[in-house]
Parts: sequence; C-alpha cells; structure tokens
Amino acid sequence: MAKKDDIIISIQNVSKEFDDVLVVDDFNLYIKKGEFVTFLGPSGCGKTTTLRMIAGFEMPTSGKILLNGEDITNLPPYKRPVNTVFQRYALFPHLDVYENVAFGLKLKKIKATVTDKKGNVKEIERKLTREEIDEKVRKALRIVDLEELEWRDISTLSGGQQQRIAIARAIVNEPEILLLDEPLGALDLKMRKEMQLELKEMHRKLGITFIYVTHDQEEALTMSDTIVIMKDGMIQQIGTPEDIYNEPENAFVADFIGESNIYEGTMVGDKKIRFLNHVFDCVDEFPIHEKVDVVLRPEDIKLAPVNQGMVNGKLTSKVFKGVHYEYVMMVGRSEVVIQDTRNLDINCEASISVVPFDIHIMKKEFVSNMYDAYIDKNNKVVISEEPFECDVTQLIPGTVLDEDGYLVDKDGKRYDLTDADVKVEVGLKDIEIADDEEEGNITGEIVSIIYKGDHYQVIVRTEEDEDFVVDTEYTWNELDRVSVKIAKEKIKMTLKQEAKNYVKD
Amino acid sequence: MVKKIFAKSYVALILCLMYAPIFVLIAFSFTTSTLIGDWSGFSLELYTSLFKNKEIMEALKNTVLIALSSAVVSTILGTLGAIGIFYCKKKVRRTFEFIGQIPILNPEIVTALSLTILFVFLGIKFNFITLMIGHIILTIPFVVLSITPKLKQMDSNVYEAALDLGAKPSTALRKVVIPEIIPGILSGFILAVTLSLDDYIITAFTRNNSFQTISTYVYGVTAKKGALPPTLRALTTIIFIVTLVLLILLNLKGKKKEVRR
Repeated sequence: MAKKDDIIISIQNVSKEFDDVLVVDDFNLYIKKGEFVTFLGPSGCGKTTTLRMIAGFEMPTSGKILLNGEDITNLPPYKRPVNTVFQRYALFPHLDVYENVAFGLKLKKIKATVTDKKGNVKEIERKLTREEIDEKVRKALRIVDLEELEWRDISTLSGGQQQRIAIARAIVNEPEILLLDEPLGALDLKMRKEMQLELKEMHRKLGITFIYVTHDQEEALTMSDTIVIMKDGMIQQIGTPEDIYNEPENAFVADFIGESNIYEGTMVGDKKIRFLNHVFDCVDEFPIHEKVDVVLRPEDIKLAPVNQGMVNGKLTSKVFKGVHYEYVMMVGRSEVVIQDTRNLDINCEASISVVPFDIHIMKKEFVSNMYDAYIDKNNKVVISEEPFECDVTQLIPGTVLDEDGYLVDKDGKRYDLTDADVKVEVGLKDIEIADDEEEGNITGEIVSIIYKGDHYQVIVRTEEDEDFVVDTEYTWNELDRVSVKIAKEKIKMTLKQEAKNYVKD
Repeated sequence: MVKKIFAKSYVALILCLMYAPIFVLIAFSFTTSTLIGDWSGFSLELYTSLFKNKEIMEALKNTVLIALSSAVVSTILGTLGAIGIFYCKKKVRRTFEFIGQIPILNPEIVTALSLTILFVFLGIKFNFITLMIGHIILTIPFVVLSITPKLKQMDSNVYEAALDLGAKPSTALRKVVIPEIIPGILSGFILAVTLSLDDYIITAFTRNNSFQTISTYVYGVTAKKGALPPTLRALTTIIFIVTLVLLILLNLKGKKKEVRR
C-alpha cells in the first residue's frame, strides 16, 4: 500500500442502496495523488453510482469517503474540491462557451490579504476579478484547443466540441480530482480514439487525479494507471492494465477484458493441469484435484502442423481481422480461438501449443448454487419465494414419508418439517433453462453469459435477486427471459437446525 | 382535383362559421347603429364613448389589475411547484401530477362554489383578496402544466453540474434551472393572464359585489336590458385584438426556439 500522504481519496466500506436494492456493495479503494483510475464494468455494475458518491450527488448508505484524510462522506457537492465531466456534457444551453467555462470561477471565493488605510494587514475572502477569470478561461480553452469559440452558442457546437467545453468547464476550477462519467460515450469511434489520447496527455500535463468511468474495456486499457473492475456492485479486481489483462482474477474479468478462451480444468499434479483432453505444464500453484477455470488468450496460442504441437484439432473457420487472421479450431467438442498472422488453409487438421507462462489459472467463481431456503407445508422447498419439488427424506436419514406428509423414522418418531430452514445445493449442470416461462418453477432474466470452450455458463437472475448459475450447451442471449427447472433428485438439502427440533408429539 | 376543392371549401366553411361572428362584430364596432346589420356609416364614436364610460373603464382597470396580479402570484407559485414536483421521487411525482390535473378537468362551477362555501365557512368577507385566491386557484394548474414539459426536456444533469461547479442549491436554481425553463414560465404567465381576463364564474362567486370586471359588467348589463349596448362591440374588439397579439407573441417564441434547434 502507498504511503499515507500519497493517498488523495480513500473509500472505506461504502455501500449504497436504492429502494432496498444494493447497488454498491462494500466498496474499498485507495487512490493515489495524480493517479488515473478507471472504474470498468458492464452497465448496472455500480460504477457510476460510486462516482456520484465521490462527487457528492449521492450519499452512501454506509461507509466513509475520506479526501486527504478528511471525512467528506456527507459534504454537499458544492463544497468538494472535485469536478465532474458528465456523460451527456450537461452544458448550460442558455450561456455561451465563455460563460459556461467561467461559471465555476464566478462563484469561487479566494483568500487574499489586503492592507487597509491604517496599514493593517487583513485576510479577507474575495471573488476573482474579471481579469483573473478571463485569464483562467482562456487558459482552459487553450488546453482543450477551442480558444476561437469563446463567444459561440452551445447549440452551434459539434458533439466533440461540446465534450471539450465540458472538460474545460471542469478543469478551469483546478479541482484536486477530476471525475469523468463515460465522457466519450456519445462520440464516434475515430473521435473517441483521438480524445482518449488527448485526455491522457491532459492528465499528464495537469498532474491531477482522474477517476474515469467506462464500460469500454479497450478505453480502460489504453488510458488507465489502475483499473477497478466491477460487477453487481462489487469490485472484481484492482490492478494495472497489464495485471488485469495477463492475470485476470476470475472468469468474469477474463471474459470482460480482451478476447479469451475460457475452459474448465482440473489440477492433476504439481503445476500440471488437464484441459482440452491434455495435460499442460503451468506456472500457477493450486491444490491437486481442484477444479479451476483456465484462460488462454488467442494471441498466445501457436498454430503448428498436425502432430507438431501439444493438441490436435480441426481448423473450422478463418476471419481476416486486418493485423491477423482469427481461426477457430475444434478440439473434441471445445472451440479454441486463435490469432495468427499467417494465411492458412482451413478444414484441415492442425495442432496448437502454449507455453506454460501463458496458461493462466483462476479459482472457480461458482462451484455450485447454494441457497437459503425453507420447507413449506406441502413438503416442497421454497427457493427465492418459489416452491420446488424435492425429496425431503434426505433431511433426516432413515426416514420415510407417511400418508399425512410427516417423516417417520424406524422407531416410529414423526417429524413435521413445515417452515424448517434448510441449506440447498444444486450443481451447475443440474439446472435446466427453458424459453417457455410456464415450463419451469421460476422465471428470471439472463444477466451474464460466459463461453467456456464447449458450453456456456449462464446466470439467471430472478425478481427476488436470486441467481441461478447454469452450465448449458445451448446458446442464449443476455436479457432473455427464461424459466428455471430443477429435477427433484438434483436438489441436495441439509437442515440448518438439528432434526430433534422438528419432532412432532 | 374535385376532392381537393371539396376538402378546401369544407375547411373554409368551418373557419367561416368560427370566425364570421367575430369579424361581423369587429366591422360593426366602427358604426353607431344600435342594430347589427344596419350599417349607418363609418364612425369611431363607439370607441370614444367606450373610453368616456366610467363604469366600463373602472371594470377594465379591475380586470387588468386582477389578471396581472393573480398571474404574477400563480406564476411564482406554479414555477416553484413544478420544480418541486419534478425533483420528487417517482411515486410522489405521479401522485402530484394526477392531483394537479383534477382542477383542469373539474367544472369551474364546482371550484367556484366550493371556494364560496369555504370563505363563508371561515367567515371571510368577499374582497379583492378572495377574488385573487379564486383566480390563482384557477390558473395555477395551467402554469404547472406549461412548465413541466420544459423541465422534462432539460438535461437532468445541469442542476447537478451547477452544484458541482460550486453553486449552492438556491444559486443553481436561479442561474441554471430557471433560465432553462423561462419559455415555459412565460407561456404559463400569458396563459394565466388570458384565463383570468375572461373568467366569469369564479369571479362572480368570489368578488365583492361592488367590484366589477369586464365579464361581470357585460353579464350585468345584458341581464338587465337584454340587448347588447353598442359600446361593448368596441370593447370586445379590443379584447380580441389584445388576445390575438398575445397569441402571436406566444407562437413566435415557440418558433424561434425550434429554429435554433
């Protein structure tokens, strides 16, 4: 960790709820002076809310935000030495360019010392003079390269120009931290690339801390010193762009950043891993027999003629991408995406090889689905407010169901499990999903899909905010509404309390 | 072709039915004959006698006074109300927007009667203030209604941007939100003025009986004599022209804004 006085802002255990929905969950982060930090994640991951809490537009439900060691958690935005560049610029349309940029300066009061007639030196607060404002506005407009537009109306400017004015309006106040909320989202691709480099240059020149929010992974990699990857209000990984690309912490990060092949593998020995029906040497240490996720970046895989590499397969497709060709090779039932600059024939056998350093192994995010549930009076298990058929006899070994719905053990003791709290475990492969919303027990929306070589890992989120993680061979789309079905015998349950608490007398 | 001619003449007929009476009235305000249809030569006498008629002048003064003062108050209250409602949470906002629509659809006579009953119940004597309250209640929903769309059009971040740049909430409201919605405020004000100018029902129920406005005066004379005093032709012409000017002003403002976008 950095030295204490290097830290400009520290966010400690910050959580934010909107109408009982947890949007940011126990967020912890230290940001150093002058750092360029990017919050990266898909929409709805809580990145903008976190930024708005730093700006002061939202107050955390719990936790603290410290700026230079001082608690600013409940300070209103107009008292924070922080300025924001908004997503849709939020320029003031009734003011011209100059007035927009000068807005903050005209409200600013600075400390000054004056000598009165009697020769006493006093400290007073005064507003900036017109000359001072003029000079600062010109300087800010020069930084964003728009000096000649001073007197233009906002509505006559292009999107890119408005963007620059929004930046000038923020930096003219010399904030300690500049917050940027997807500032390039509305620009076209070419303009966006230019602005990325310009912003980076601006950051270097100004030397102030930038906190940048984006869902564009390439933008984050290009610009940041540090990237904070978020999902569902939680930080997934904090690191430099290189760290995050080369050493993703989990399958979500690997899938979100860059192109990747993700497989399920098993550790079969010391630094030996089995996936794609082959045992590879690797550099990461994991306990033997542990199931893990493996990431191979397409550019790290070398193509070779058949039998000359580690694993054989059949090349099935080729797409020209400018700098390289993108090949797909089928190894058994798994797809391998490979980038290679050579133009090779497809529909023929070939082989691939990977050096141990390029095999990145991650702890599995999900091993199985775990739920807190209870048994209802019909002996069904209620998960996320919906009843599922299950075999309750597994809860108390050696019992059978009698005709009244009570469990009876061999001594004739009867148990009434109504309202009993249970822990439920369901394997990832034991859940089925269906298009037909009537077919399954509960419906939800697909919130995430990760391809793992020969199957997809899909997360279905119900209205009650419960997740069902499902391994499936079939292709689904994000935001599809589907129903979830679990076979009776696949639901594994254990009682949370001892069985004797449920004895019926 | 025939179809086109038919369509055009149909529109002309409708417009004619709508506006002919007004044009007849305007035309006959420039002649002195007591009967409409009986042209006795061009004259401005009706106008001169109109301005000499003390009763009418008093009523006109009262009408303008009540229209402007009630419009100012309801514009201020309506603006603050619209902003307040806009920044409420969704549920609260919906409720307020619904409640705000009731007086617009509610028959005026109900509002007028209930106000009268309220004032009598509270033992308040009918005076200028009760009349003003009546007119404010009549016009406020329309002011809110003409400002709300402007607030919705506004970039939702501009208020936050002002706070971010160091403006206190009151400064942000004054320097950013109000200038953004000023066209809505102006049209709300003009709407309030015109509604108040020609209102009879609420005025009749909430005024002090010695206080005459143009509408109560006209109703008064027509009720007594049955026939329309000729001077009123000049008065209605003036009112029509003033309304027309206000309407044109309102439309011009809207157009300018569109051109800029």
